[in-house]
Amino acid sequence: MAFVAIADRDHEHALHDPQSFIRKYIWSQDHKVIAVQYAIVAIAIGLVALTMSVLMRLQLGFPDTFAFIAPENYYQFITMHGMIMVIYLLTALFLGGFGNYLIPLMCGSRDMVFPYMNMLSFWVYLLAVLVLVAGMFVPGGPTGAGWTLYPPQAILPGTPGASWGIICMLASLAIFIVAFTMGGLNYVTTVLQARCRGMTLMRMPLSVWGIFTASILGLLAFPALFVSAVMMMLDSLVGTSFFMPAVASMGEPSRYSGGSPLLFQHLFWFFGHPEVYIVALPAFGIVSDLLSTHARRNIFGYRMMVWAILAIGCLSFVVWAHHMYISGMNPYFGFFFATTTLIIAVPTAIKVYNWVLTIWRGDVHLTVPMLFAIGFIFTFVNGGLTGLFLGNVTVDVPLSGTYFVVAHFHMVMGVSPILVVFGAIYHWYPKMTGRMLDETLGKIHFWATFIGTYAIYLPMHYLGILGVPRRYYAYSNSIEFIPPSVHEVNQWITISALFVAAVQMVFLFNLVWSLRHGKPSGDNPWRATTLEWQTPDTPPKHGNWGKDLPVVYRWAYDYSVPSAPQDFIPQNVPPDDRTPAGREHGVKS
Amino acid sequence: MALAVALIVLVLGTVLFHFLSPWWFTPIASNWEMMDETVQVTFWVTGIVFVAVNLFLAYAILRYRTGRGGKAHYEPENKKLEWWLTIGTSVGIAAMLAPGLAVWARFVTVPEGAAVVEVLGQQWNWSYRFPGEDGKLGTTDARLISLDNPFGMNAADTAGHDDILVASPELHLPINEPVKLLLRAKDVNHQFAVPQFRVKMDMVPGMVTYFWLTPTRTGQFDALCEQLCGMAHFAMRGRVVVDEQDTFKAWLAQQPTYANTREVTAGDPSVGEALFAPCTACHGAQAQGNRELNAPKLSGQAAWYLVRQLQDFKNGVRGAHEGDVYGKQMIPFASMLADDAAIRNVVAHIARLPDQEPETTVFGDVEKGRKHYRTCSSCHGVDGKGIWATHAPRLSNMSDWYLARQLQNFQKGIRGSHPRDFYGSQMAQMADVLADDKAINDLIGYVDTL
Repeated sequence: MAFVAIADRDHEHALHDPQSFIRKYIWSQDHKVIAVQYAIVAIAIGLVALTMSVLMRLQLGFPDTFAFIAPENYYQFITMHGMIMVIYLLTALFLGGFGNYLIPLMCGSRDMVFPYMNMLSFWVYLLAVLVLVAGMFVPGGPTGAGWTLYPPQAILPGTPGASWGIICMLASLAIFIVAFTMGGLNYVTTVLQARCRGMTLMRMPLSVWGIFTASILGLLAFPALFVSAVMMMLDSLVGTSFFMPAVASMGEPSRYSGGSPLLFQHLFWFFGHPEVYIVALPAFGIVSDLLSTHARRNIFGYRMMVWAILAIGCLSFVVWAHHMYISGMNPYFGFFFATTTLIIAVPTAIKVYNWVLTIWRGDVHLTVPMLFAIGFIFTFVNGGLTGLFLGNVTVDVPLSGTYFVVAHFHMVMGVSPILVVFGAIYHWYPKMTGRMLDETLGKIHFWATFIGTYAIYLPMHYLGILGVPRRYYAYSNSIEFIPPSVHEVNQWITISALFVAAVQMVFLFNLVWSLRHGKPSGDNPWRATTLEWQTPDTPPKHGNWGKDLPVVYRWAYDYSVPSAPQDFIPQNVPPDDRTPAGREHGVKS
Repeated sequence: MALAVALIVLVLGTVLFHFLSPWWFTPIASNWEMMDETVQVTFWVTGIVFVAVNLFLAYAILRYRTGRGGKAHYEPENKKLEWWLTIGTSVGIAAMLAPGLAVWARFVTVPEGAAVVEVLGQQWNWSYRFPGEDGKLGTTDARLISLDNPFGMNAADTAGHDDILVASPELHLPINEPVKLLLRAKDVNHQFAVPQFRVKMDMVPGMVTYFWLTPTRTGQFDALCEQLCGMAHFAMRGRVVVDEQDTFKAWLAQQPTYANTREVTAGDPSVGEALFAPCTACHGAQAQGNRELNAPKLSGQAAWYLVRQLQDFKNGVRGAHEGDVYGKQMIPFASMLADDAAIRNVVAHIARLPDQEPETTVFGDVEKGRKHYRTCSSCHGVDGKGIWATHAPRLSNMSDWYLARQLQNFQKGIRGSHPRDFYGSQMAQMADVLADDKAINDLIGYVDTL
């Protein structure tokens, strides 16, 4: 049995459950409360981003109809929508939300190893969100430079929010990274140091593997964004020329000279590509656990899944310039980055096969979390395959900058992870509240979201092949190759988008309504094996485990073990006649 | 059950959509057919995987949904199966990567002897430069850019003196001749993209980027910017005309060299004064404008703008639309000016005239107008004084009734719809932002306060 420092000295730490409302729910150091705080703020700011996507779809579907959407507003909407969704919603929700909630519970720890820093992480995150929101109300409005914030454009006139807006954006990002670093160090250290006895690395649920690896990626990648934010602020405020060459803006020579706009792009995508996996890896991990639990079958090829997560994590640092094939960087780089990018498809494909093979020969319960998990497989296969177009340098050239790109990254990075988020919330809500979410509303939510989003993005691929450029406020009739059918399909896409956005209100209603009226769930409604379902209380109390930490005897996937009477054996159940040891790999029992 | 059916329907629907979609590549006009072919290969490989994985998934759900098979099968790993899947995937990946890299090797290898053209991007239009007889482009510097030297040419570099400058968004290229496009940007990142050519590249200030192609089909093609470059990104439009050799040569011969542009002398206002005499009948002796005669104020307007408008009237670019009643009246008067020198002379005279404040005739909600004007300020400047670099004329202190009418004309396509009126067509797209005449009045009401 592995020696785990913190678990072996657990009895030395007294638990003081805070009693006052403020210490319990506001200045809380309980990872579960912090998780919920993260989730609430992330979802709230995500709703702002959702509203912006509705506004820009209105403009695209019905141009010249909405007088209040001027070009500068449109560019501000696309910028804020992208940045919020990627950073402030998905990253915060997967790591700050699910990471916080699941790591200690699934690893059998009392809490994060640095609870005070964990609390600070949330409050600094909230500050980052507030600065972001403040940036929407400064003179000139928020930045409209696109979520990639490329200089020189981001800080020169001609771009909305080029003075105040961009500074708020950069400041908010820098603050966010401070918050993330405090959280990320916590997640990594907790996984490495605070697992309970018997929880070897190769017994951890894949959710933890995904979040753990993503946190490491974040710790290595976010500094690149941090320095580029600081450097761009200096360029804008102090007049340095990190990213600014000599330019003539609006016909007037500027004070800049000698900087490199491409340097920013390299730094941005050195962060930006791992960022894709910072969002994707937790989704990969969580969906693996959902599939396994609801198919009542062990995850297929567990060790391969773990190695695939690690391989993807490593490879994600050597593919960044596939975002820059036609950025003007030396085109010879294309050979290297196309090769690495297509290689990363191999471990990713293995994961997909193993998900499908987990369902194969399972005992599939089509619960609401399972619907979302299977929906994820479909959308991820779709979005992943279109990635093979854009990753392959030659194929990318005609498609880059078009709606094909928009369709690809929304399928792979928008719809797919968000389906996992929904599935995960339906799955773990009972543990967090003690009540089930309403199943009928959940099914309505799933079907409308799953079918609706596909109706939005499928046609966009073909607009992209035609050559319709993205980030256009309107498509003038004078562009000859764009036929009227493009305008018609844009209307349909907008209608689908409005529908999908509206249906999310059903989900919000369900979240609130079920708090009081949901069916009581009991401790383990899904009959799952992982530790979070084995807590003495539901919802778990501060410290999670009562007097004694759990001890783990098996891997996380002992579902339907032959010769066991029941179809699941929790991780903390010792081998016995009625609960035989599973045939896990990578650990000798 | 429903989910399995839905997956099958989605897979079949996607395949059907693929084959029935009315949207596909534009007919190609360059040598890069092999790019289309690599896209096709990728579609086949990924399409097969898409159908196979999802149908298998649907089948697995149907076959193993609860209540049908009893207990799930316990099988942590299957090494053999996993290895076969890994090898199969690697083969598929290699099948896509190899042709991709082979084509890329051609992309990075510019054929020897390819002609060279420079494309210069700025907010929000293009211009072009050919190397001239010596085959060499002169050096440039963004710090030298000015109204008189929009290309930022380095006068000390004699290699640049014979460079041919095309100060218009329309580029002509000869058919069947490989050409290397050197890309430069003045202010922010842009991209030069012609969908029919398939290849494209960003233009980045501070560096020169490139790509090459051989046009294979004559015709006119829209050039688009596909790298977000600010407020009017969507209205940044150019045109590439692929000509037969002779037509191309004739076009190129008409374009001025850098040396030519330097020889252009400033207009002589004393000569211009005589030429201005017929203009006074409508525009007034001080060029102060006359609303009754539908003649706008000219004094105070930027000289480069007046020159271009007179040229446009003369060349049928402006005033050609049937609905442009007053523009038509201007054509014969503009035609009285014999050449560009005459135009410069008359404009030089106008520049000498006092800039009186015109009467306010349009009234609107100034606060609402201020909001609308945010869009306009990107090109015309916050103070409405106009910016030469964006080809945006002065608005402040000009005849407000005229501005309102021009906005309506732009919206109705009476102005800005001529194929050679590039800057007018940009303005037409921008004018569409204003919902109705009330919005126009609000806007002009604000412009009157500038």
